[in-house]
Amino acid sequence: MKTDNHFKSLSLSVIWAWMFLFALLPFCLVIIASLMSHNESDLITLPTTLANYQHLNNSTYIRIFEKSFVIAGISTLLCLIIGYPFAYIIARMQSRWKSFLLLLVIIPFWTSSLIRSYALIAIIKAKGILNSLLIAFGIIDQPLAILFTNYAVMIGLIYNLLPFMILPIMTNVERLDQRLIDAAKDLGANRFTTFRKIIIPLTMPGIIAGSILVFLPAMTIFYIPDILGGAKSIMLGNLIQNQFLISQNWPMGSAFSAVLTLILVTLILVHVWVTRGNKKREWL
Amino acid sequence: MVKNVVELRGVYKSLHDHEILHDINLEVREGEFLTLLGPSGCGKTTLLRLISGFETPTSGNIFIDGKNVSGLPPHQRHVHTVFQSYALFPHMTVFENIAFGLRCQKVPLPEIKERVANVLRMVKLEKYAERKPSQLSGGQQQRVAIARAAVNRPRVLLLDEPLSALDYRLRKTMQIELKQLQRTLGITFIFVTHDQEEALSMSDRVVVIQEGCIEQVGTPRQVYEEPGTLKVATFIGEVNIFAGEIMSTENGKHVTLRILDKLRKAKSTRPCTPGEKVHVVVRPEDVRVWNLHEVEDATDMFTGTVEEVIYKGTTVDLIVRLADNTIVAATEFFDEDDDRLEYKIGSQIWVSWTPGWEVILPHED
Repeated sequence: MKTDNHFKSLSLSVIWAWMFLFALLPFCLVIIASLMSHNESDLITLPTTLANYQHLNNSTYIRIFEKSFVIAGISTLLCLIIGYPFAYIIARMQSRWKSFLLLLVIIPFWTSSLIRSYALIAIIKAKGILNSLLIAFGIIDQPLAILFTNYAVMIGLIYNLLPFMILPIMTNVERLDQRLIDAAKDLGANRFTTFRKIIIPLTMPGIIAGSILVFLPAMTIFYIPDILGGAKSIMLGNLIQNQFLISQNWPMGSAFSAVLTLILVTLILVHVWVTRGNKKREWL
Repeated sequence: MVKNVVELRGVYKSLHDHEILHDINLEVREGEFLTLLGPSGCGKTTLLRLISGFETPTSGNIFIDGKNVSGLPPHQRHVHTVFQSYALFPHMTVFENIAFGLRCQKVPLPEIKERVANVLRMVKLEKYAERKPSQLSGGQQQRVAIARAAVNRPRVLLLDEPLSALDYRLRKTMQIELKQLQRTLGITFIFVTHDQEEALSMSDRVVVIQEGCIEQVGTPRQVYEEPGTLKVATFIGEVNIFAGEIMSTENGKHVTLRILDKLRKAKSTRPCTPGEKVHVVVRPEDVRVWNLHEVEDATDMFTGTVEEVIYKGTTVDLIVRLADNTIVAATEFFDEDDDRLEYKIGSQIWVSWTPGWEVILPHED
């Protein structure tokens, strides 16, 4: 028992140390950097200033913020709509197909996401596989202009991030007690009610985890808008990348990151607050 | 005439070429507490799931209130199940759990509130309406599970080993509570258990199931005192089994038996023919023992050696080895005026029982 406790506290302290060193500390450094100024010779320098945040209040930046938000939001929603049934079906499967399907979800991870994004070009470009197929079947007569639009960016985001939605939901559904579903049916709930009142609330942690895991990279991943969205499509990720790598303005880039984090934390807090309020209200 | 709430006619159930239930015919009467009793794996839970609609019979018909329910899904049947693990919805309060079924039926809110409050009062949990299931004890969760089913006023409540998760003491209390609750609610209960004591103490009628077949249906007293087969006799309570032979009969009921070279008078509830091989079943509490010097006429008694004396507080259990090595268990109740219960291991005694207290069953191998 004693060694057990030692092991427990040791592994816990390793995790704490890791989180402190590689999550909390960098985050604090970003906040600090965002409050500094910069000049030609130094990336970061004194004096401290709020100027970086004041610069953010600029219509171009705000438009990019809004656009990133909408694109990431729609992509997350679509990932949820596609990923949930998929995760649910895999999780509830009994047969040996289960591990095969799970493998299919994971296989894309074996190839760099950069390469897969380039590969997407071959599918959605004007004379690509998708357009050729649609024309061959007589569904359209002019090729669809998908590449270098926001649609292309969303397709790329969904394709790359879907596993991050599927895996947490799947884990959650697997832990779902079949007897609760039986009990709901027994009490007169049809499939839809069972799904809405029992399955969705009980898998909510998975849905939230998946949504966060998709939404956050969708906001900031910069190479997908670069590759699939073309020059016009600048998203928040590109903006941050430009500040750090092209303008060499680290404090400004840090300010963007800090605001992004703040918005995401606010979103999560709002969610927590809303669900807590919901539980007190009665549903009908 | 008493109405049948549930009827099963020639129900068979197989799964992967394995027969789980064999030719089940059963009538459940209005308002009764019926127990399906059998060892684990005998098919009793499957039988319950057939009635609730979670499984469909391979052949045969099930009637609820005279209506054939074959093919009806669980939510369209007027029966509710209390699951073994209670299956309370963890994200809902006690109130919401109980109101779930009513909400599915679109009952207006004021009526929901009233009915939930009523049923909460019945299970004595008025103060716990706003708690989450995880904040309740096992016994309280159990009561919520019953309330959640009972609030919908089902024709039949199906209970799948609802007490097996509780500790011994709580189980005893819940047995009494369940029985009282069933009377208050006036709902037919079909209760599944492998615990014969539970079955005997709670039920109006017991259905003994063994290896997918109904062995016997009867009141607790009938299945205990007049077991229909050797399987029922050995499953319910302790028994001593003797091989015997019918020597002669007198108008079919009064017979003379030969057991271990002794001739004994006996009563049989079923017709016997002379020369028939039988098994004779005697409950330990019906077996009487005497010290050698106490007995003058030992013509229908067996002599034996005390092998073990087990003191149990209210009773003393004796394990006796007869002359032909048959082991007999005898349970003797304490009697204030009786000092006969002093038995020493290894001492010689007489063993017998009152003629007519044995059960004569057909010979089985």
